[in-house]
Amino acid sequence: MATAHHDEHPAGLMRWLTSTNHKDIGTLYLVFALIMLFVGGTMALVIRAELFQPGLQITNPQFFNSMTTMHALVMIFGAVMPAFTGFANWQIPLMIGAPDMALPRLNNWSFWLLPFAFTLLLCTLLIPGGGPAGGWTLYPPLSIQGGMSTDFTILAIHMMGISSVLGAINVIATILNMRAPGMTLLKMPLFVWTWLITAFLLLAVMPVLAGAVTMLLTDRHFGTSFFDAAGGGDPVMFQHVFWFFGHPEVYILILPAFGIASQIIPTFARKPLFGYESMVYATASIAFLSFIVWAHHMFTVGMPLAGELFFMYATMMIAVPTGVKVFNWTATMWKGSMSFETPMLFAIAFVMLFTIGGFSGLMLAIVPADFQYHDTYFVVAHFHYVLVSGAVFAIIAGAYYWLPKWTGHMYNETLGKWHFWLSVIGFNLTFFPQHFLGLAGMPRRIPDYALQFTEFNQWSSVGAFLFGFSQLLFVAVVIQAARGGKKAEAKAWEGAEGLEWTVPSPAPYHTFATPPRIK
Amino acid sequence: MSRSSKCSGPAKRISLISVISGIALSLVSTLAAAEYGLNFPKPVTAIAQEVYGLHMLIMMVCVGIGIVVFGAMFWSIVMHRKSRGAKAAKFHESTTIEIIWTAIPFLILVGMAIPSTATLIKMDDTKNSDLVIKVTGYQWKWKYEYMDQDISFFSNLSTPRDQIDNKAAKGKDYLLEVDNAVVIPTGKKVRFLVTANDVIHAWWVPQLAMKKDAIPGFINELWTRVDEPGTYRGQCAELCGKDHGFMPIVVQAVSEDDFKKWVSVKKAEMVASAADVGKVWTKADLMERGEKVYAQCAACHGATGTGVPGVFPALKGSKIATGPVNGHIGIVLKGKPGTAMQAYASQMNDADIAAVVTYERNAFGNNTGDVVQPSAVKALR
Repeated sequence: MATAHHDEHPAGLMRWLTSTNHKDIGTLYLVFALIMLFVGGTMALVIRAELFQPGLQITNPQFFNSMTTMHALVMIFGAVMPAFTGFANWQIPLMIGAPDMALPRLNNWSFWLLPFAFTLLLCTLLIPGGGPAGGWTLYPPLSIQGGMSTDFTILAIHMMGISSVLGAINVIATILNMRAPGMTLLKMPLFVWTWLITAFLLLAVMPVLAGAVTMLLTDRHFGTSFFDAAGGGDPVMFQHVFWFFGHPEVYILILPAFGIASQIIPTFARKPLFGYESMVYATASIAFLSFIVWAHHMFTVGMPLAGELFFMYATMMIAVPTGVKVFNWTATMWKGSMSFETPMLFAIAFVMLFTIGGFSGLMLAIVPADFQYHDTYFVVAHFHYVLVSGAVFAIIAGAYYWLPKWTGHMYNETLGKWHFWLSVIGFNLTFFPQHFLGLAGMPRRIPDYALQFTEFNQWSSVGAFLFGFSQLLFVAVVIQAARGGKKAEAKAWEGAEGLEWTVPSPAPYHTFATPPRIK
Repeated sequence: MSRSSKCSGPAKRISLISVISGIALSLVSTLAAAEYGLNFPKPVTAIAQEVYGLHMLIMMVCVGIGIVVFGAMFWSIVMHRKSRGAKAAKFHESTTIEIIWTAIPFLILVGMAIPSTATLIKMDDTKNSDLVIKVTGYQWKWKYEYMDQDISFFSNLSTPRDQIDNKAAKGKDYLLEVDNAVVIPTGKKVRFLVTANDVIHAWWVPQLAMKKDAIPGFINELWTRVDEPGTYRGQCAELCGKDHGFMPIVVQAVSEDDFKKWVSVKKAEMVASAADVGKVWTKADLMERGEKVYAQCAACHGATGTGVPGVFPALKGSKIATGPVNGHIGIVLKGKPGTAMQAYASQMNDADIAAVVTYERNAFGNNTGDVVQPSAVKALR
């Protein structure tokens, strides 16, 4: 077998446009996600700047609403989901001993849909009427009132959805067909397991979202009234359909994070993951439960008592498998021999802060109390604890963990630690006071507020700027590592286990041309 | 030497503790002085008290679990670190312990579900009410209709625009004050029927633990029995467009006698406004009243009639505000479907519409000179 000419590929722009290589496409996804993190983060800072004090200072209410709407869409579909897909592209073939993804050309297309989708979404800021301002949940009838930016958003969501579904198909095909001989399902690394389950969730629910937004589109332009009570439709039905997508989506955003943490913690505790099989079963249970809890996002719409009770009980059940995961991570650390490099610091922060988000989630499940929390800053605090200190911290942890494998260089540990501590302090300063704001009665999605909410909003805004700007350190670390630095060994971390650490660092353009044997 | 240094150890520790506790105390007192809301505002009904109890219970359960789990984690982080020479153990599973930590959380959850269910059943029971009030959400105000007293009125934000634009000092109840509060008698079971006219809103009064979505085409129910007279404030809780943050709710609970007095005053007001509709107005009077009514229109069309380009059309020099009078009255009465322009036919009486149309046709440099009488509006209804 010739090897040399296999490494040939176009240079420059054409390499990235035409690449079918899982490592190149993984890099594209990750860089795209990082850019979107800053785009969405800038919008968050506009929000926090406006909320620094009562009164309207820098935005008008319409623009403020478009900032909250776009911030959510950009962060969910532009930053977190593509980042996880980037990890999947880079790591799944390396972790299961496959030479590439199963469907390389499809892989190229699923990435290249995204820049177009986000151009479509972001350009709405420049069209008459401004960006979509009805909330990322697009509830009708408000979204029916929206200007043409709503149509742009719907089409952008369609493109993102196609991209996600294609990516998910690729992940499933790769994992089920391309594992190295001897790697049975229950020998797969946990990151691969969580992604397999995530991919099935994506396949199940992205088409549901596509259906819901298409019905919105026809309600807006073609005279249907799916969601218009005056025409025999039902605005609440949209919410049911949306959250049937939306709740599994929450787990799409967190299961791969569980996987990343489950790779990192054993490495730096120098001890195998505690309860591997129960981790797999817990992930599967969470995925199953995610399909039967959607209406807990809408307890105040006026469901019958029996419905409220069912969704309360089902939601509370999720605490059991989630608890198992947290206990397993703790037990993995217990009696280990721990060291605290940046990936481990972020992974531990992930476990702790995600658990706080889990606690507030459990509180939100209690329907009578939820009536009070619903649509307040308490909810805002809750989902940022699970999505920022959950998903985003895990992504950052994973990036530090695998940077040596991707770039061939060790990153700057001092800068990494600075980045960690500034992020943790900034994050908590931003979002912890929001719990109090919500309990005290501040609704979410308002550009101006009553005077008793002033102090905590100021804390939150200061924290947000600290948190936002400290992410520039992360960019510096990544660029530095990509350019040079201390050579990384094949096994970059003393306690690391797994196939990805058997290939050289940086991982060559083609790996596992002949499959490894798993004992 | 060694003796004295031994003594200074604990002494130092004590002074450190006193410094830390001093800082903590001053922090707590500043928190208290600044009246930081850390928790629910004081619940004032039996149900609200129960909800508060549930909230505290579930929070304490979480804090308890948190102390155990985070305690174990921190213990491990401190004691089991490589730099201390910790050697990694080899264990990686234990069926017993895994069953235990699956079963215990399950039992805690069952313990939580029981009181939550009991409270929820009580909140759901809207039967045998003494008074029914229909609440309708509009962009961006609330309408209250007393079904048995034949009273209905709108409730608008009364905070002056200048306070929002930072041109005037903000009042105590900034953004939480309205022109017409909804008044309820104490000691009576009041049932609220909640719906909306345009988009989804949510009617929320935290101290009464009432929050329900107001959905066009649907009627939701809520109830309360307030024993303490007082003023209870809340806000719309569901994103409903541009001025979602500017449609507060004020509930005034008054004694039964005061409630009866209030009902008769409100009825007299409604008779007076009916008389306005019948008379012929001077232009000056129409302009004066129209300017007041226009405050509602200004939310979208702007105080100077310039609107928001691309979203809310300008009235200054617009085809409608300077074209045929009947077209102008028609769009105010019937609204423009699919946009935020509502049908005001059911929201304003003929005098208000006549006044605001007159105002719009003569303000902002529109100077058409037209005077619209209530009779002209009535003819087009």
